Amino acid sequence: MATAHSRAAARLTMSPAVILLLGWMLIPLVMTLYFSFLRYNLLMPGTEEFIGTLNYQYFLTDPAFFAALGNTLALVGGVLALTIAGGIGLALLLDQPFWGRGIVRLLVIAPFFVMPTVSALVWKNMLMNPVNGLFAAIAKGLGLQPFDFLAEAPLSSIILIVTWQWLPFATLILLTALQSLDRERLEAAEMDGAGALDRFIHIIMPHLARAMTVVTLIQTIFLLSVFAEILVTTNGGPGTATTNITYLVYAQSLLQFDVGGGSAGGIVAVVLANIVAVFLMRMIGRNLDI
Amino acid sequence: MARAATNRRKLAVTLIAWTIGIVIFFPILWTALTSFKTEAEAVATPPTFLAFHWTLENYSEVQQRSDYFLHFWNSIVISVGSTLLGLLVAVPAAWSMAFVPGKRTRDVLMWMLSTKMLPPVGVLIPIYLLFRDFGLLDSRVGLVIVLTLINLPIIVWMLFTYFREIPGEILEAARMDGAGLKEEILFVLLPMAVPGIASTLLLNVILAWNEAFWTLNLSASQSAPLTAFIASYSSPEGLFYAKLSAASTMAVAPILVLGWFSQKQLVRGLTFGAVK
Repeated sequence: MATAHSRAAARLTMSPAVILLLGWMLIPLVMTLYFSFLRYNLLMPGTEEFIGTLNYQYFLTDPAFFAALGNTLALVGGVLALTIAGGIGLALLLDQPFWGRGIVRLLVIAPFFVMPTVSALVWKNMLMNPVNGLFAAIAKGLGLQPFDFLAEAPLSSIILIVTWQWLPFATLILLTALQSLDRERLEAAEMDGAGALDRFIHIIMPHLARAMTVVTLIQTIFLLSVFAEILVTTNGGPGTATTNITYLVYAQSLLQFDVGGGSAGGIVAVVLANIVAVFLMRMIGRNLDI
Repeated sequence: MARAATNRRKLAVTLIAWTIGIVIFFPILWTALTSFKTEAEAVATPPTFLAFHWTLENYSEVQQRSDYFLHFWNSIVISVGSTLLGLLVAVPAAWSMAFVPGKRTRDVLMWMLSTKMLPPVGVLIPIYLLFRDFGLLDSRVGLVIVLTLINLPIIVWMLFTYFREIPGEILEAARMDGAGLKEEILFVLLPMAVPGIASTLLLNVILAWNEAFWTLNLSASQSAPLTAFIASYSSPEGLFYAKLSAASTMAVAPILVLGWFSQKQLVRGLTFGAVK
């Protein structure tokens, strides 16, 4: 029963949140857009001038941009594929009855709570380091040559680190979804002679579709902006081998002080994220009711 | 016979699951173990697993070398502060969306979620410049403001999904009895929503504790929370494995324990109840 009085109250109570978010979205975005049309370098104050779309021309024709775009797609796609496939496997495993299930569940979800800077440093120095790392020690123990992960396969190494951080999330969501599956349907299918693979394809996978959508949506939001892991491990290098769009814009604006060029990059990042967002919103629109 | 087969199967699954669980957990375990070694033992080849001389010296040295407690305190202030501030703004908003939904409520909710899709790097420069001009760079206040804003949509969404399960009739009855808006929210809604609000608080503290993009870019020595403090260990002169491990263990342990306690709510909170 919504009265005129309660409608007014609703507007009043909603407005702080709406105004704050609107301000957070609009003010910096408009400023970024404005800066992107200026020649604006922090080291040369007072020399700002309007240069039209020149910043965009430079940014979009820079070979580093294509490298960063490719790296961003590889990072998001690679981590998504690995976490969803691994998450399904782990969810199926953790759904079985076994001794100490609660403890294993805690072990598996733990990496999600490790801050990105810590996990990047731990992987870089204590596991992947070619001299003192644990992987090198194992390789030497087996009589093999240690592999310099971050120098030889930098992007794959970062994908591995980020996958380790996000696998718990995918596992937890998929496991929760799996546990809501109607056991009787599975048993009935088994009675009717459906093999394990048939049951997986025709019953379990369709049931998990919604959870996979949610995992894709939430992880994409976070994976598009992976930053700390790159900053701490490789600084985007060697060359541009591990520079994603986020890191490229950061480097241009805060390391080279090129506010104009960095802003153009920021706007490009916003446009790209919006293209992805449109797809994702359609996906949730189909799979999610609020 | 069938029972023996079931038990054999259970044993096999137990072995596989424990192996995988320990492999996934191993980097954390290894870090925790290394934090109790001397620097020499931390880099020894072959690595020692448990048979080393246990010491606590790394923990005290991390504090002496660089005020660890300052950064720990910064992390607490920033994550708890931004969450409480977010709740203050989000509770009234979620109340109206859950109990006085209008035609546009759904659109507003979707729009709020869409602000999360705005890449932080798209607004980094103006925020950086505004903070510089207002003297907010390297200040806890500045970080609290930014983290409040970036987590606000999630807080609103989570509260909304929890509030929707509370029957609106109870609130209406209170209104009939003469309760004003403030009384209705403070004395009727909030007590009933305590579990949902607690989960929201917990999850957002975890998210804010681990947030690294803004803390790395907007903080330096004074306001740096643990995320940024740990990153300073990547410089060559700071590279001591045992001390790095001690600092990492102290940064991760509290939030890991908090996360383990709230794992059930985690799924609900992060998916807004879309996965059951």
